[in-house]
Amino acid sequence: MHGLINGALQGFLCATYGHELWRKVMDELDTGFESFEPMFHYDDALTHALIDTSAKNLGKPRDVLLEDFGTYLVANPRSERVRRLLRFGGVDYADFLHSLDDLPGRARLAVPDLNLPQLELHEHGENGFSLSCTSPNLGFGHVILGVLRALADDYGALAFLEHLGRSGDCDTLSIQLLDSGFSEGREFSLAQKVTEHV
Amino acid sequence: MCDNPEICICQDTLDRMMPMHVLIGPEERITHVGPTLAKTQPGLNLVGQHFFDVFQPRRQGCQGNLMEACAKPGMKVYLRLRDEHATQLIGNVSVLPDRAGILMNLSFGIAVIDAVGRYDLAGSDFAATDLTLEMLWMFEAKSGALAESSDLAERMYGAKKAAEADAASDMLTGLCNRRVLDQVLERLVSRNAPFSLMHLDLDFFKAVNDTLGHAAGDHVLQVVSEILTEETREEDTVARVGGDEFVLVFDNMTDPKRLAKIATRMITRLEEPISFKDDVAQISGSVGVVSSTHYDPPDVAQMMEDADAALYASKERGRACFTFNQPGLTALAGNAMTKAG
Repeated sequence: MHGLINGALQGFLCATYGHELWRKVMDELDTGFESFEPMFHYDDALTHALIDTSAKNLGKPRDVLLEDFGTYLVANPRSERVRRLLRFGGVDYADFLHSLDDLPGRARLAVPDLNLPQLELHEHGENGFSLSCTSPNLGFGHVILGVLRALADDYGALAFLEHLGRSGDCDTLSIQLLDSGFSEGREFSLAQKVTEHV
Repeated sequence: MCDNPEICICQDTLDRMMPMHVLIGPEERITHVGPTLAKTQPGLNLVGQHFFDVFQPRRQGCQGNLMEACAKPGMKVYLRLRDEHATQLIGNVSVLPDRAGILMNLSFGIAVIDAVGRYDLAGSDFAATDLTLEMLWMFEAKSGALAESSDLAERMYGAKKAAEADAASDMLTGLCNRRVLDQVLERLVSRNAPFSLMHLDLDFFKAVNDTLGHAAGDHVLQVVSEILTEETREEDTVARVGGDEFVLVFDNMTDPKRLAKIATRMITRLEEPISFKDDVAQISGSVGVVSSTHYDPPDVAQMMEDADAALYASKERGRACFTFNQPGLTALAGNAMTKAG
């Protein structure tokens, strides 16, 4: 797994549950280091152990924790960079949904060895969509679910999202876009702010 | 059959497909601007204004008669907005059928990164075929990746520096630590160089810590380090190997008289009162000395052991003195050692 993903997980766990939990989880994992380097690579098994150990310590189902992680990526100021890069995808939520197919390709343009799940959007009628997320890594679908829910708020859209299950390597999400102009949403300006990320 | 057929396009279509276009009519007056170009001059109605009052040519070519200039095949324009930012623009031009006007499609070019901030442009201000958004996305994503990389490089550099300093020195005194001492001794033995080893233990140091506190103790250790450093030569090694234990290595020096002189001077200086805030600490030192020339071949572990035994002999004799030792003497206990001081 790319260190950017492990590093983001670390940021999420520390920001949400504190450094105490982080130290406890890392102690249990017994890796010999205290934090992940965003530009390194780690064994996929370690990432899964990190998720499982955290979920166990928090007494939370794995899927729920991963969805919260997805929400954090969009909604938390510490992850503003990710939110901005996602918002470039479209001028409104529907436009953004249509850009999801390109997401793994975009990510690779910036960081050539960053592998994200393959995404494919299907339209069902006027405002219904389904998204298939293909990845050998169990749980990516729940992260995407959290990301999409948070982005609906970010765009000011009212949408109903559901995880429909996993079959083989593929998770399926359903998205019902109820109102694309439901609220103001959060501001997004194309010009990059000078303030650095945390 | 015309090989360049004319088609009719509504202004709405032009606005959507070329949101940065400008149409110029008779007398070089602007007759229409695309919505994104209009955003660059908020509050100003560009329609009706003279083209050159809004745009300033950056190069020769489109000066003089605009229509004539624009009629040149493959003509490109390089312009600058006449506002306080002097924003650069580039574009293609085309003369409309029957010379009814000029169509100019403009772009910010590479200046787009500044322009989106300056004019508060949004994704919807660019045509879907325009790669500006992708470029902005790349710019931001790459800046992010680069920032992560430089963060990493900085952290690694800091860690490297810290590791180097840790590996070489004792934090409190800045003297060498046990690891460096081992390396020095190993090097001396491997090149078969004559050297002497002095094992020094402070006397009455525990009392300083107990009565005056650890801050005073730390201060005393720093003063001791200065004394030891001053009383040795550049090529010698002074290491702190325990709380109040030091090992000194004298490169290429085995003369007992010189070593005795150094040990005596060191002990004398250690006994000078050391002030700390309102208190005065009084310590001394006991020393054991061995020289590599008494060993064949020199064995670091054995030398350390013998120096240690000599040090304890000094302690037994009432501290504040030094004792020489050599192989064969240890077994005979402290009183058989060469005593001096």
